[in-house]
Amino acid sequence: MTFTVNGSSLEATPRAGQVLRTFLRDHEHFEVKKGCDTGDCGACSVLVDGTAVHSCVYPAYRADGHEVTTVAGLGTPENLSPVQQHFVDAAGFQCGFCTAGMVVTASALEADADAGLPSGATGGEVRDLPRMLKGNLCRCTGYRAIGDAIAGIANVVSATLPTDGTDDTDGGAPHTHGHGHGGTRGPQGGTGGPHGGTAILERPLPTTTGIRSVGRSQKAPAGSRIVSGQEPYTLDIAVPGMLHLAVLRSPHSHARIVSIDTAAARALPGVVAVLTHADVPDTLFSSARHENRTDDPDDTLILDTVVRFAGQRVAFVVAESIGIAEAACRLLDVQYDVLPANFDPARARTPGIPVLHADKDAAASRIADPATNLVAEMRGEYGSIADGLANANVTVTGTWQTQRISASALETHGTIGWIDDDGRLVLRTSSQVPFLVQKELSRILELPIDRIRVYTARVGGGFGGKQEIQTEDLVALAVLKTGRPVQYEMTRTDELTVVPCRHPMTTTVTLGATAEGRLTAIDLTVLSDTGAYGNHGPGVMYHACGESISIYNAPNKRVNAECVYTNNIPSGAFRGYGLGQVIFAVESAMDELAHRLGMNPFDLRRLNAVTPADPLVVTHVEGDDLSFAGSYGFDQCLDLAQGALERGNGVAAPTGPEWSVGEGVAAAMIATIPPRGHFAEASITLGLDGVYALNFGTAEFGNGTTTVHSQIAAEALGTVPELLRIRQSDTDAVPYDTGAFGSAGTVVAGRAVLAAATALALKLRGAAESLTGILSAEWMLEPAGLRAGDRFIPLTEIAAAGSAAAGSAAAGSAAAGSAAAGSAAADSAVADADTAAGDGIGAPTLVTITEGVAAAAPVAGGITAVGTHAGDHRSIAFNVHAFRVAVNSATGEVRILQSVQSADAGYVMNPEQCRGQIEGGVAQGIGTSMYEETIVENGIVTTGVLRSYHLPQMADVPPTEIFFAETADELGPYGAKSMSESPFNPVAPALANAIRDAVGVRPYELPLSRDRVWRLLQGADLEPLDAPALPAD
Amino acid sequence: MVFTGTVDLNTVTDVTLARDRSDLQKLGSTVVPFAGGSALFGEPQVHLTGLVDLMTFGWAPLTVTAEGLEIAATCLLVDLSRFPAQPGWAAHHVLYECCTYLLGSFKVWNMGTVGGNICASLPAGPMTSLTAGLDATALIWRADGTDERMPVAEFVTGNKTNRLNPGDVLRSVTIPLASLQSRVASRKIALSPLGRSGLVLLGRRGADDTFVLTVSAGTVRPVQLRYPGPPDAQTLHDDVLAIDQWFTDPHGAADWRRTVSTVLAAEILEELA
Repeated sequence: MTFTVNGSSLEATPRAGQVLRTFLRDHEHFEVKKGCDTGDCGACSVLVDGTAVHSCVYPAYRADGHEVTTVAGLGTPENLSPVQQHFVDAAGFQCGFCTAGMVVTASALEADADAGLPSGATGGEVRDLPRMLKGNLCRCTGYRAIGDAIAGIANVVSATLPTDGTDDTDGGAPHTHGHGHGGTRGPQGGTGGPHGGTAILERPLPTTTGIRSVGRSQKAPAGSRIVSGQEPYTLDIAVPGMLHLAVLRSPHSHARIVSIDTAAARALPGVVAVLTHADVPDTLFSSARHENRTDDPDDTLILDTVVRFAGQRVAFVVAESIGIAEAACRLLDVQYDVLPANFDPARARTPGIPVLHADKDAAASRIADPATNLVAEMRGEYGSIADGLANANVTVTGTWQTQRISASALETHGTIGWIDDDGRLVLRTSSQVPFLVQKELSRILELPIDRIRVYTARVGGGFGGKQEIQTEDLVALAVLKTGRPVQYEMTRTDELTVVPCRHPMTTTVTLGATAEGRLTAIDLTVLSDTGAYGNHGPGVMYHACGESISIYNAPNKRVNAECVYTNNIPSGAFRGYGLGQVIFAVESAMDELAHRLGMNPFDLRRLNAVTPADPLVVTHVEGDDLSFAGSYGFDQCLDLAQGALERGNGVAAPTGPEWSVGEGVAAAMIATIPPRGHFAEASITLGLDGVYALNFGTAEFGNGTTTVHSQIAAEALGTVPELLRIRQSDTDAVPYDTGAFGSAGTVVAGRAVLAAATALALKLRGAAESLTGILSAEWMLEPAGLRAGDRFIPLTEIAAAGSAAAGSAAAGSAAAGSAAAGSAAADSAVADADTAAGDGIGAPTLVTITEGVAAAAPVAGGITAVGTHAGDHRSIAFNVHAFRVAVNSATGEVRILQSVQSADAGYVMNPEQCRGQIEGGVAQGIGTSMYEETIVENGIVTTGVLRSYHLPQMADVPPTEIFFAETADELGPYGAKSMSESPFNPVAPALANAIRDAVGVRPYELPLSRDRVWRLLQGADLEPLDAPALPAD
Repeated sequence: MVFTGTVDLNTVTDVTLARDRSDLQKLGSTVVPFAGGSALFGEPQVHLTGLVDLMTFGWAPLTVTAEGLEIAATCLLVDLSRFPAQPGWAAHHVLYECCTYLLGSFKVWNMGTVGGNICASLPAGPMTSLTAGLDATALIWRADGTDERMPVAEFVTGNKTNRLNPGDVLRSVTIPLASLQSRVASRKIALSPLGRSGLVLLGRRGADDTFVLTVSAGTVRPVQLRYPGPPDAQTLHDDVLAIDQWFTDPHGAADWRRTVSTVLAAEILEELA
C-alpha cells in the first residue's frame, strides 16, 4: 500500500487489525501520541485528506492512497505554523503530551470554520470551542491557555525587557480573567533568613543588559518542539531489535496461585521469555518511592504467589511483538485457590476479616499490625478535646467521604530498557523520580547502583502517579533475562484500573467554638483505604492530618487516624497527598460552624487563622524545620478572594424557580517541601564553545521547573534562557536528585541551580580579573561575554582560560567532582563569596546558601560549578478558593458562575506559568469534585475507559480569576514558594460550601455529581428504586 | 480483566472490503461487519479473526425518497449533521442535535456512522435515540439473503443487544416523511455539560396531532409513550414515572434518571404545545 504522510510517500502494509496510530508510530512518526486508544482524548489526532480523525480508532489500511498529516506536517520548530506559534505564545500547554492533538484539531477548525454546524452557521467553531474540543483532553492546563492559543492571545514575553521601560513582570499580556491584580514585583522580605545571608545574592539585580529572566513569563524552552511534535517523550524513540512486554493480571481480588502452566505460551513462535513468581527476586519492596525508603512498607514482590487485588500482576511475557506477547498471555494456564476478600475499610480490622499481609514481619516490613490489616496509625492529643468541647458554645460534627480518583496523566506509564555499550542496564522511563527508581532497583536486583542508569525524557504528566515503580522493575528483569531492548507500555485501562488511585478517606470532624467564633477544639478521625498494598499509605495519612488542622489555632486538638489494607486496588500518591481529602472535611465543618454562628465564613477563618506569632500544631508543636520564613500570606489570600467575590464578575444566574444561588469559600495550607530531607544537585559548565550546559536532576512533566531553572540560571549569568543547553532527570547528568514530588521542583532543585549559577558567575568574574587585572566587581555578565567599561572578554576566551588552568592545576577537580566534595569544602571553610572570587582562575570559588553550597572551578573543557541543596527547612504556602454557583433543584446541575483563587506563592518566578499551575490545579479540583470517580464493584474497577471515567473537558472548566498575595520567602529562590499541589486542595470544599449555601443542605460525599446533588434535595420523600446496574461502558 | 489487550486488533488477520452482498458470506461468530470503526477499534476484540468493511459498498449515505429519508447504515454522522433541510421538514433540526448528543467529538463524526451507532446498541447511542424517536424503520439484510424491516425501537433490544444474528447486516434506516414533517423537540442531560448522555428524550407531535415521547439513554432500550394528541402534564408525568427500564451506571443513577425524565418530558410537552 502507498500512504502519503506529511507529503512523503510511505510504502508499507499495515497488519489487518492495525490502527493508523500504531502504524504511524511503527514508522517513527512519534509525534502521534497515545492517550486512550478509545477515541476519547484526541492526543492521536491527525488529518486524513484534511479531515481530522482520531487515529487510534482509524483502520490503518483505510488510509491507503490518502494523505495523512500529523502535527509534524503542519510546521517545524524552525518554521512553525500560525496555530503552532499561537500555542507557544499563549503557553498553551504544560506537559505538552496532548498538544500534538490539540494543534491538529485547532488547525482543522481554522481550515473549515463551519464544520459540523447546520448550514448557514458559519464561523461558529471558535465560538463553540468547548464542543469542538470535547474530544481533546488536557489534564494539566485547565484549558484557559488553550483557548487563548486558539484565540491568538499571547501570554509569554521575551527575556529582553521592553525598551520603553514599561514593567511587564506580571506577564505582559492582558489577563482576561482577573489575573494581574496584585501581581508581585519582587522580594518584599529582608535580606538574610534565619539560616544565613543569601538573599543578597538572589535578588534580581538591576539589569545593565536589558535582560531580565526571573519574575517574567518566559516561554518553556521546549515550546517550539512540543507544538510541532518534535519533543520526544518516553517511548518516542526507535530502538532496533526491541521486544515487547505484556502482563497477565489477576481476575480475582484475593487468591493463592496454585500453578502457572507456561508451556503453551513459551511454545508460541516469537515468545522470548515468560516470567512468573518463580523467576523474580524474593525481595520485598514498595512501589512508592521516597527519599527515605523506610517511609513506605515493604509488602510487595515483583510477582507474588498471592494476589491481593483484581488486576495484580500474575506473570509477564516478552515477545517480538505486542500482539504475540498478548496472545502468549492468553495461553498462560493459571490455577488459583480463591480466598475470601474484604473491600470495606471500616471492617478491615474486625476479627474474622481476611488478613492480607499476615505473612509479613511487622518490624521488617514496617507495617503497624499485619494481623489486623493496619498499615499505619496516628493518634495524639494536644490539650484536651474534652475540655475544648466543654468550653464550646457551639459544636459541629460530621463525617465526609471522598472517592477514588485516578491521576490519569495523558501519557501512560512506560519504560524502554536496554544494555548499553558499557554493559549497564539503562531504563528510559516515565517517572517523577528517576534517582529513586535507580536506588530501589539496585536494591531489589542486587546490582551495584553504578550498573544502572535511569533517565526520563520529557514526561507526559504525573500528578503523583509517577512517584511509583510501575513498569521499570518488569522491564529491568526482561532486559537482564533476554539481553535485548524491551518496552513495556501501559494502556489507559491499566491506568484506570490497576495503577494506584487517590486514597479514599472517611473523615469525621468535630469542631467546638465560642459564641464569638474562636475555636476551642478540633477533633479529627480519619480512616484511609490503602487497598491491597501500603505504598504511600502512611505518608498520605500523616500529611492528610497535618496542614489541614495546623492552619487554625485551637487550644485543643486530637487526631485518630488509621490506614488499612483491603482487597481494593492500591491507593497511592495524588496531587495534595492526602490534604485534599481531609481539607474537604475540615473546611466543610468550618463552613457549617460559620452557618451555626451566623458568621461570615471569611471572618471565621481570619479569627482562627494561624499566624507567624502562633505555634504550628497538629497534635504537638511542629518541629522548627517548618516556619513561615517571612512570607505569610493567608490574610492577603482571604482578602483577595473575598474582594473578588464581592465585586462579582457580571455572570448572571439562570432564571427560574428551580435555580438557587450560593457562595462558598475554603482555605488550604501546605508545607513547601516534604519533611525529612529532599536533596538536589545541579551543575553548570561554561564550555569551550561559550555555551552554558545546565544539568539538574528534576524531571519535567508539565510542572514547568525546566523553565524556572533556566530562568534562574540565566538571571544569575546575565544571559537568556534560550542560550542554555539543558540536560536533566538523568542519573548520569548529576549525582543525585530526590525527585519531582512534594512540590519541591522550584524550591529545592531551583536553589541548587541558583547556587551553582551564582558560584559560576563569581568564578567568571574572578577569571576575568585574573586575565586583565581589572577587579572582578567591575565585570558584568552579558550573553556573549563579560564587560567592564569598554573592555569585553568573550565567554569562549574565559572558558579557554579555565580549561588551560585546569590542565595546570589539579585543584580544579574538587569542584567539578561530587557534591560531597563541595559540601565538605563548605563545612571546613565557609567562604565569603565576594572575597573567594578573587583567588585566580585555578582555585575553586565557593558559595554557601541556606542548606546548600556551590563550588565553581576550572575543568578540562571549561569552567564548572556544582550546587547542592538539602531542602530540610520548609516554608508554608496558602491558597483560598471561592465559588459562586447556581444549583438546579430539578436536575442537580451545578453551574459555576464565578471561580476565584488567591495564592500565596511568594515571589512569582514566572507569572504565566504559575497562573497555569493554579488553573490546572483548579481544573483537576473541579473534575474530581464534580465528575471523576473510580467505581469499584466487588473489587473490580468498572470505570476502565475515559468514557466512564470522566476527565474534565473544556466545557467543564469555567475561567478562574487568579490573584497572587504579595509575599517573598526567605527559603525559596528569589523569594519563591512552591505552587503545584496546593491550588487543588481548597477546590472541593469551596464548591461543596457554595452548594450548601445555595440549597441549604450540606453535601458529605464526593463527587458532587448531578445525581448526588439532586438526591440531597429529595430528603425523606425519596423512594428507593429497584433498578439494574449496568457495567460501565 | 485477565488480559484486556491493546489498541490494535492483533487477532484479526483478514479484512474483506465488501463490494457485493455475497462478500457478507464471510461473516460469522469470529468475523464481524463494521463501518466507521470508531466503536470496533475502541475496545479489545480478542475473539475476532476477521472483519468485513461495509464502507466499500459505497452506499449513498442519504437519499430523499417519497417515503422519507433513507439513511444508509454507513452514513457518516458528519454527513447527517450537515444534511440540508427539505421543504416542510419541521424536524430537520433534530438530525444535528442528536449528533451533538454523541460523546465523541466532531472528529468521531468524521468516521462514525449512523448504522454503527445503532448496532452498538448502547443505551446512550444518539442515533438510536434519533431514529427510534422518529419511528424510523430498519432494513436488515439477513444472512440467508432475505430482507427484513422492523421499527428501530424494536431493533434495539437491550444494553448492547439487538435483533441482528451472526451474518446479518443493518443496511439502512428510513425516517418516514410524516415524522420529518412533525414538530420535534429533544432534550439531553448528562452528569457533565457535554458528557456521555444520561438521558435523551425526543418528543414528536405529528400533523395528525399524534404525540410520541421516546425516552432513551436512561433506559436499557428506547421506550416510547404514544398518545393520539398531547397528553395533559400529569398524565405524561405519571406515565414517565411508570417506565420500568431505568438503570444505574457511571453516567447516572436510576432514580435520578427516572425523576429528571419527568422534568425533560414536561419541557418537551411545553415546547410542542
